[in-house]
Amino acid sequence: MIKVAVVGLGKMGISHLGMIRAHSGVELAAVCDSTGYVLDVLSKYTGLKTYSDYALMLDEVALDAVIIATPSRVHTPMVKAALDRGIHVFCEKPFTLKAGESEMLAALAEEKGLVTQVGYHNRFVGAFQEVRRLLDAGAIGTVHHVQAEAYGPVVLKPKGSTWRTQRSEGGGCLYDYAAHPINLVNWFFGMPDSVGGSVLGKIFSAETDDEVYGTLYFPDGKTASLSVNWSDESFRKMTTRVTISGTAGRIYADRQEIQVFLRDGAALPGGYEHGWNIRYTTELTEEVDFYMRGEEYTAQLDHFVKRIGNPALPAANDFRSAAETDRVIEMIVEDAAQDPARTGIKPQQARKRFSLFKR
Amino acid sequence: MDKLLIGDNQFFGVNHMSEEKARAQAMRFQKIEAVIDVLDSAYDAGVRTFMCTTHDRIGLVADHVRANPDRYPDFTFFPCMPYAHKYANAVTEDGMIGALKRFLPNEGLLNAAIRGGMSIARKDVEGIATLLIDAEMKMFRNLATPVIWLQNVVVDLLLGLGFNEAFRIFANHVKTRYNAEPGFITMNMPRLLDVLEDLGIDNPIVCSNINKVGFRMSGGIEAYVDALTNRKFRAVAMSVFASGAIRPDEAIEWVCSLPNIESIVFGASSAGNIRATRDLVEKHWRK
Repeated sequence: MIKVAVVGLGKMGISHLGMIRAHSGVELAAVCDSTGYVLDVLSKYTGLKTYSDYALMLDEVALDAVIIATPSRVHTPMVKAALDRGIHVFCEKPFTLKAGESEMLAALAEEKGLVTQVGYHNRFVGAFQEVRRLLDAGAIGTVHHVQAEAYGPVVLKPKGSTWRTQRSEGGGCLYDYAAHPINLVNWFFGMPDSVGGSVLGKIFSAETDDEVYGTLYFPDGKTASLSVNWSDESFRKMTTRVTISGTAGRIYADRQEIQVFLRDGAALPGGYEHGWNIRYTTELTEEVDFYMRGEEYTAQLDHFVKRIGNPALPAANDFRSAAETDRVIEMIVEDAAQDPARTGIKPQQARKRFSLFKR
Repeated sequence: MDKLLIGDNQFFGVNHMSEEKARAQAMRFQKIEAVIDVLDSAYDAGVRTFMCTTHDRIGLVADHVRANPDRYPDFTFFPCMPYAHKYANAVTEDGMIGALKRFLPNEGLLNAAIRGGMSIARKDVEGIATLLIDAEMKMFRNLATPVIWLQNVVVDLLLGLGFNEAFRIFANHVKTRYNAEPGFITMNMPRLLDVLEDLGIDNPIVCSNINKVGFRMSGGIEAYVDALTNRKFRAVAMSVFASGAIRPDEAIEWVCSLPNIESIVFGASSAGNIRATRDLVEKHWRK
C-alpha cells in the first residue's frame, strides 16, 4: 500500500480522488484544497482527512505520493515542495506555465530518482496507443504531415471571471484543450524545430483564447497543423483526433476508433491488410479494475502507482516529456504575440510597373 | 420491469464505438419526430419502457406522451439522472458552487430557492441532492416513472469517493417522493453490490454492462457472472452487443443464458432492429 494525497478538488481533482481511492494498492491518506466547502462536505460524508494548508499536510502526513490537480499557475512551488521531501508526483496538465520551470522540476525529480507523471490521459487511450504502435512499425512509411485537432463545447458565451478565463492563470483553450493534441504530436514525433502562423483567437473570452491554430515544423521536414476550438457546440463533448499522412498510408484516430489506409507495398503489421483497416475502442481498450469516466483515466493512475512499486517500468508522460509540450506552448504564445497576420507576407504591390500609366 | 427496455443513447449522438456514427445519429434524430417515430415502432413491437436520460429534449418526448394518452396507455419512462454533461460543462464555466446554484430551481420557487441556499450554506447534501432530483424529474410530471435511475458517472464517482450516504439519500427520496424504485447504473457492479448491501438497500435494481466479451465490466466477467449467480439483486443488462462487437444472436443468447437477468436495455434506430432484437430475446429468454 502506498500513501497518497490529492491536492486541488476541482473537476479533475475530484475525479482523480474517486479513482485513486478505489485503487487496491493505495491508501488515501489526505486531501487538500484551498476552499473549505468541498473539504467540509468530503470530511462530513466520507471521513477523509482534510487540509487547507498544503505545507502543513506535507509536514504532518507521511506520504509516498501526491496527486496535484490545482491550477497550473501554482504547480511549480507545489511540485517542488513535494519533490524536495522525496515524494513521487502525479501532476495535472499543463505541467507548468514556463517551460524552464518544467525542465527544472524534471531535472530535480531525475536527480532524486522520483516517479513523475503528468495527466495527458490520451497516451492511455487504446486507439492512440495503436497509432504509436503502427508508427513504430513504420506501417505508413515516412510521415510527412500530421493534423492534430481538438474541439468541444466549453465556452459558448461571454462570461464572468474565474482562473479558467485568464491565460496568466493557465486558463484558455491553448492550455486546457490544445495541450492535448500538442502532447500527442510530441509523443509521436518529438520536438518541433519551430512554430509558425500561430493564432490565439478570442471568440467569447475577454482575457484568454478560445481557438488555437498554427504549424509545427520538424527537423526532418515534416509538418503538423494544429486546429483547436473549445467554443464549438457541434461537438457534444471534447474530442481529440489526429490524422497522419505518410508515403505508404494514412492513419486517422480519435478516442473511439482508428481508421488506417495502407497502400499496396506498405509493410503490413500483424492483423492489418492493404486498403482500409478499422478498429474500435471495444477491441483496443484494456479493461481496468475500476471504471469511472473512461479507462484511460484509471489506467494512467494505475501506471503511476505501479511505477512507484517498480521504477523499472517504462515512463509515460513523465515531467521531462510534459516539459516538451510546455515548450511548444510557449513557442506558440511567442509566435502569436508577433502577430503573424501583421508580420506575414503580403500580396506584392506592383506599383512600379503601372506607374508609367499614372500621373 | 419489462424484459426489454429501449435506451436513448442513439438519439443523442452517443456511440461508444465511433464519433462518425454518433454524429450521423445526432443528425438523423435532430427533429424530435424522428425520435418519436422510433419509440412508436418500439411501442407497437411491445417494447413500452423508455430508459432515458434527463436531457432537455426528452422533455419533448414526455410532452408528446402526456398529450396522447390514448395512443400510449402503457408507455413507461425510466428516467436516468443526472444528464452529466450539462453539469460538467457548467462546472468548467462557473466552478463547483456556481454550477450547483445554476441548477437549483429558482424560477418562482422561493421556497426551493431558500431551501437550496440553506442547504448549500449548511453543506447539507441531502437537501441539495433532493432538490436536484426534483428539478430533473419535473419533465416527467403525471407520467409513469416506476424506476428512477442514478447515472453511472455519478454512481461510480460516489462509489470511488466512498460517499455511500448519497446512495441512501437517493433511494429514500425516490421511494418517498415518487413512489418509485431506485435504480443504480454502474460500470463496477460487483463492487457496488457490496456497498448497497452494507447500506441495507435490499434487493437493489442495478444496471451494468453485461456482454460476452467483458467490455466495460470492471472487476472482470467472472466476478459479474458470480454476482448474478450468488447475489440478491435485480439485474438489468446494458451494452449486451458491446457496441456492435458481438453478433446480435450470439450476444442475446449469451446474456439470456445467465441467471437472474430481469431486463435488457438496448439501443435501436429502426423498426427492423427493434423487432429483430425483440424476436431474439423471445427466442433465447429462459423459459
